[in-house]
Amino acid sequence: MQLARVIGTVVATIKNEALEGRKLLVVQTLDKDLQSIGKPMVAIDSVGAGVGELVFWCRGKEASFPFKREDIPTDCTIIGIVDSDAHVTR
Amino acid sequence: MIIARILGTVVSTQKDERLHGKKLLIVRPINVDGTDTTGYVVAVDTVGAGFHERVLVVAGSSARLAQGLKDVPVDAAIVGVIDTVDIAAPE
Repeated sequence: MQLARVIGTVVATIKNEALEGRKLLVVQTLDKDLQSIGKPMVAIDSVGAGVGELVFWCRGKEASFPFKREDIPTDCTIIGIVDSDAHVTR
Repeated sequence: MIIARILGTVVSTQKDERLHGKKLLIVRPINVDGTDTTGYVVAVDTVGAGFHERVLVVAGSSARLAQGLKDVPVDAAIVGVIDTVDIAAPE
């Protein structure tokens, strides 16, 4: 899991049936000092996150677990919202 | 998931039988602003995407969770055709 900032949204009308009704967000991964690292990714939202929020996401096959028992084809899912930037202590 | 652009197609006659009837496309990962990166991936199409379209590509074992790809030996699948990408202005 890593921290990230939600920086945008993606709209895709034509998509795999399993993704219908799911929110797609663009997330920029952050390091422990909340500085951007790497390239932005597209993530599926499982918690109701919005643009500008600090979140953490999960990668790989485990990214589909929040949607059990459905099989959702995702390798990047937002699984939590951090209360505020001040709640990340280092 | 990554955003990618479709560069071309792959034709393969001799392949795992579970891949029969699946469309194989060559995609290049792109940045959120639409500029190209380097490299490419061969991905199975599940949505009927076309040449030069921007698509969503899911990689790894999650690709097999897409409808129609259960137990199919793939590690990259095209699961959506992108209409728009909106990036908020940095604060």
